[in-house]
This record gives sequence, C-alpha cells and structure tokens, in this order.
Amino acid sequence: MSEPMTRARPTAAPVSEHGASRPMRPSLVLLRKDLLLERRAPEAIPAMLLFSLTTFVLFHFGLGRDEVSGQLAAGVLLVTLLFAAILGINRLFVAEQEEGGFDGVLLAPIDRTALFVAKAAGLFLFLAIVELVAVAAFAILLLGPSPWPALPGLLLVLALLNLALAVVGALVSALAIRTRARDLIVPIVALPLLTPALIAAARLAAPLLAADGAGALPTRWLAVLALYDLVFGLLAYAVFDFLLED
Amino acid sequence: MYGKGLRALSLATFAALTATFALVFFYAPLDADQGFIQKIFYVHVPVAIVTLCAYVLGGVFAALHLKTRDRRWDLRSYVVIHVALIFNVIGLLTGAIWAKASWGHWWVWEEPTLVSFLIVFLLFATYQPLRFSIEDPERQGRYAAVFAVMAGAFVPLNFAAVRAATSTVHPRTFGTADGGLPSQMAWVFLVAIVAMALLFALMCAYEIAAKQTRWQLRALRRRLLGADTVAPLGRSAAPALGEPGRPASQGGGRGSYPAEVPS
Amino acid sequence: MDAPAAIELRGVGRRYGERWALDDVSVTVPAGATLVVFGPNGAGKSTLLRVLATLLRPHGGEVRVLGEPLPEREWAVRGRVGLLAHEALLYRDLSARENLRFHARLHRVAAARVEELLERMRLAGRADDPVRTLSRGLLQRVAVCRAVLHDPPLLLLDEPRANLDPAAAELIEPLIGRASGRTRVVTSHDPAGGLAEADLALGLRDGRVALSAPAGEVEPAAVEELYR
Repeated sequence: MSEPMTRARPTAAPVSEHGASRPMRPSLVLLRKDLLLERRAPEAIPAMLLFSLTTFVLFHFGLGRDEVSGQLAAGVLLVTLLFAAILGINRLFVAEQEEGGFDGVLLAPIDRTALFVAKAAGLFLFLAIVELVAVAAFAILLLGPSPWPALPGLLLVLALLNLALAVVGALVSALAIRTRARDLIVPIVALPLLTPALIAAARLAAPLLAADGAGALPTRWLAVLALYDLVFGLLAYAVFDFLLED
Repeated sequence: MYGKGLRALSLATFAALTATFALVFFYAPLDADQGFIQKIFYVHVPVAIVTLCAYVLGGVFAALHLKTRDRRWDLRSYVVIHVALIFNVIGLLTGAIWAKASWGHWWVWEEPTLVSFLIVFLLFATYQPLRFSIEDPERQGRYAAVFAVMAGAFVPLNFAAVRAATSTVHPRTFGTADGGLPSQMAWVFLVAIVAMALLFALMCAYEIAAKQTRWQLRALRRRLLGADTVAPLGRSAAPALGEPGRPASQGGGRGSYPAEVPS
Repeated sequence: MDAPAAIELRGVGRRYGERWALDDVSVTVPAGATLVVFGPNGAGKSTLLRVLATLLRPHGGEVRVLGEPLPEREWAVRGRVGLLAHEALLYRDLSARENLRFHARLHRVAAARVEELLERMRLAGRADDPVRTLSRGLLQRVAVCRAVLHDPPLLLLDEPRANLDPAAAELIEPLIGRASGRTRVVTSHDPAGGLAEADLALGLRDGRVALSAPAGEVEPAAVEELYR
C-alpha cells in the first residue's frame, strides 16, 4: 500500500437501481435526515437559543448597561452568537459518532463530501433559526437604537457570518468528534480560526447599530468576509475527505 | 547516519547570529526616542517574520503528507510547527518588551503584527493537544495535517484582517511617512532575518535528527531483543515513524525504516 | 469457465500503531461460497470484515473484493457489500421505516423495497416506532433489512444470529443464509454450527491465520484450539 492514490469520485451512474424514481442527491438525503432528527428530538436549537438569551442577560449585568449601540452592540451580539454556534458545532456529528452513522454513510456509494455539505447546510439553517429569535430578543433587551433600518444590512452580515460558521464549524466538528477530548477541542480550535470572520462581521455591524441611525455598510469588510467564506469553504471541501477515510 | 550537514548548518547559524549581535550592538544607530531598548526590534520582527512563514510552510508540508501519505512529511510538518510555536512565544515576549519601550505599555492593540501574532499563537497552541488526543498514529498524522492546512491558510488571512482592522492613530515608529528605514537599520535587519531563519532551520534539523535517531534505536532494540520485550509506546503527540522488523512482504508504509540497518 | 473469486486476500496487514491487527492474512473465497471466520476476541475478525467492507484500508498486501482492487477502487465496491456489524447503524430517534428509507435513498433503492423487507421481517406493526423502543431482537431484524436493502452480492456478517430467537433466525435465513446465493463472510463463536453452514473456514489468532481449510475438512476440536 505504498502508492499515493488519486481520490476517485463515484460516477453519476448508480450502482444499484431498484426502479428508484427521481433519486435524491446524497447531501439532501443527509440534510433531510438531520432536520428530521432535530425536529423529532430538538436539542441543538433550544440550547443555542437559551444560551443566547442568558448571555444577553449576563452582558447586561456584566457591562452594567441598559442599552448598547454601535460597536459595543455589534460586539455583544456577535460574540454571543459565536459562542452559541460553538454549542451547535459541538453537537454536529454526535449522532453519527454514537449511533454508527459514520459507517452507514461510509458504506454508501456516495461522495463523502456530501456529508460535509449536509452538515454545513444544517448548521447554517439552525443558526438562521436561532438568530431569528436571538436578534429580536437582543433588539428588545439591549439594543438602544431601533433595529428596523439596520435589518436588511444585518441580514446580509449574518448570512455571510453563518456561512463562515457553518463551513469552519462542520470541519472542526468532524476533526474533533473522533478525538478523545472532542468538546474541548472544538472551542479552542474554532474560535481563533473564526477570528477574521468575527472582525469583519463586527466592523460591518457597528455602523448598522449606531446610536444616531443606521449607517452604510463598509464594503471593504464585506469583501473580507466573503473572501474568508470562499477560501475556507473551498479548503474545507477539499480536505474533508481525509477526515473520514481510515 | 542522521543529521547530515548539521555541523555546517550549526556553524553558519552561529556565524550569522554573532554577526547580527555585533551589528545590532555596534553598528545600528541608536534610536533617538527609545534608546537602547529599541534594539529588541531587531530580534522581534525577524522572529515574527520567520514564525509566520514557518506556519505556512508547516501547512504546505501537511498538504504533502495528505497527498503522498508519506510519514516523513508529517514529521517535517510537526517539527516546523513545533519550533515555530517556540519562536512564536519568543516573538510575543520580545514584542511585549518592544511595546513597553515604544508606547510604555506591555501590550498594545494598535500594533497589528503583534495582535495577529497572538491570535495565530492561540490557534497553533492547540496543535499539540489535538495530536495528543488522537491515539491511532495514522489518524493522528492525518487529522493534524488537515488542521495544519487550514491553519496555514488562516495565517495570511488573519494578518490581512487584523491589519485592516487596526486603527492607525499611533503610527509605527519607523518606515512610514519618512519613507522607509534608514539604510543602516535596513542592513542589520536583513542580517537579522537571515540569522533567525538559519536558527529556525537549525532547530528543526536537530529535532528531526533526534527523533529519527530515537526511532532507529527503537527499531534496533525491537529487532535485537524481540518486539515483545521492548516496552510499548505510550501516548504521544509526536509522529510515529518506525515500522520496525516488518518482513519484506509487508509494506511498512512510506517513511518507515527498512529491515536492514542503514550504514 | 471460472467466475472470478469474490474475495482474494494475499498477505493482508492492518496495523494500529505498532501492533498488527491483521498480519499476513491470505484467503480466496469463490463467488457464492460462505467463509466462516473463527477466533477469540481481539483476533482481528471484525477488522477483517471492516477491511472487506472498505471501511478500513489495508496497510500491506493485496485485497480484491468482487474483482476490484482495494483501496484503489473502493468506491466501485461500496454499494455492493452488505455489512451486519455489532452496531446496528440505525438512528435511535428515527423509526425503522425512516431509517430504512434513509439508507434506501443513499443507495438509490426504491421505497417499495423497504416495504417489502418490512413485510418479510414481520416488522410492519412496529415500523413507525422509534428504534430505541425496539427490543434487541427486533433491532437485529431491522439491521438485517438494512444490510440487504441494496441486494448486495457480498454479505459480511458479524455474528448474525446474536440476539435472535429461533423464529426470527428462521425469518432472516433466506435473506442472509446460504440459500440467499450470495457470497458470505460470517464470523462465529460456534464451531459446529459455523462449520456446518460454511464452505471455507478461517481461524485467526492475534491477527494471524492459524487455520485455513475447506470447512468439510476441519474438526470442531481444531476450532476450539484457537480459543485456548
């Protein structure tokens, strides 16, 4: 076994066809399964939500402020969401690890990066759902200025940030799940790795949440965040396979 | 025989370091504002440059390990990151001293190199705990390589992001408005970078030679005394190399030791 | 005209650190034949099955499954192998039907096949209950369904009759037994029973082959020797 191998991807032709009509893409099959599991036994979304709300309360007391705006508001909101995301990232592959899901996926005639796409997409959706409630709560509890003018810009920033969280989170989660110290590894690896994304997102959100009305989005930082998503998205997609083979 | 060329490398490093210190102490001009302590800059910045390049190099070696499955690339990646981490700590310490000299505080957020240096340290400090937490040596090498590739790509991105985010209220003490270092400083700087790079290469070469020797010793002991009498390996973060005593029909995997002792 | 062998192993090794879980294992299994693998715990039986299932890559020697060399062509083999392991590979919070439909979609198998198998295994009544509410016997039946869902020509069975009452064992026999016509590799701790249903016997100890012969020529006593 001394030859380096090219990792061949399975061809489009299915290996066994028992009259299957409209075969579903593997990443969609996997995503659907995860959404079904979360709906059946909700764990990640409620936990991330409660955590966010509690953290807002803690910030109120920790900072000693009734209201925040501008850069401070951006920081409180985004750091809270980041930590809540860590909770979700920790849980991402737990079901696969504990219930033999890895083997089930590894035995199927599919491209294994479908698992990465499915998990990242799932995390993106979970984060979107959590943010729907958490941002509203933030606006009520801590935000000084009105959130409505900031909303379109905020949606864009959070979408890009979620993408970063999803991509990095899926990779780090897969990396950590098969180690012994998995829920310790995730935060210490993922958080530094996500720092540039946080920097960009914070710089983008700060003018949106400014005390004297929402300002314009600094496009430079949009470019940075988009670049981060692109680079890490491609890289993670490329290396994910190596985590699953044995 | 491992460590070929170590002697030449050691001599070259020693010469370069001596030259650097001589230049720093006797040739480089004294900074009018900060005085003698500013000379720490000649250690801090070269160390920082070498460290960041080393991290990227570690990522490259890791990618090669993933591509070729040769364990020697894993060893090189591990050693480069390991030594770079040491340099990182030195860089942070000298950076703090320099910050105290330049701005009167042990830490300043206005210096983007220092800040991104800290973030990079926090990331790569997880490399060894990550390796240690994976028991299967093959998987350890592979997972560590995936991490190193991501982290290596992270270094330039992070540097750019922090740089863009740092306000330039406090300008850097050199090389800005007046258009570059005075040429005397530039020369010393160059020699310092070369010296630090050589020191880095030397430390890596020593560590690799030491590890290879230790593995060869273990291989010999297993052959001479029998595989069962030699104590089994404990958990380790360092890459495993030897495939001692495998019969010729079994591939030991690339980067392992042949059954014969090399002369 | 000989059909190509379903399984060809030559000097296969698989290591874990410095220990070799499989060491110089060689065996050839013709298509449609049954290989029974004996050996104490830790002998490498499960490792062997996982290598054949393409879940583990061999570290030495040559492996050919269904004519394809592993690991170069592992993706051509996936989807043609059915594994029944100690873990059921089922999500506990989903029902049997949902689990099987999930695997069916991954293997591009029609939903009708899921229903057909649920009927045959007499699971239709409990098919919508979460898997964690099923007894171990029922769980094993669902696992068997999962293993044969995609009609694989090669079956890898790790102690298939564990947790099964005689009635259930009868039910699964046509699917995973000799009558199914598939090539099978079965691990077993039962010398007499294992030999009776096999064409070839392989005995492993500490990862090495201690016994390799046609099943008819092996005495149960020789198998028991492995465990001493």
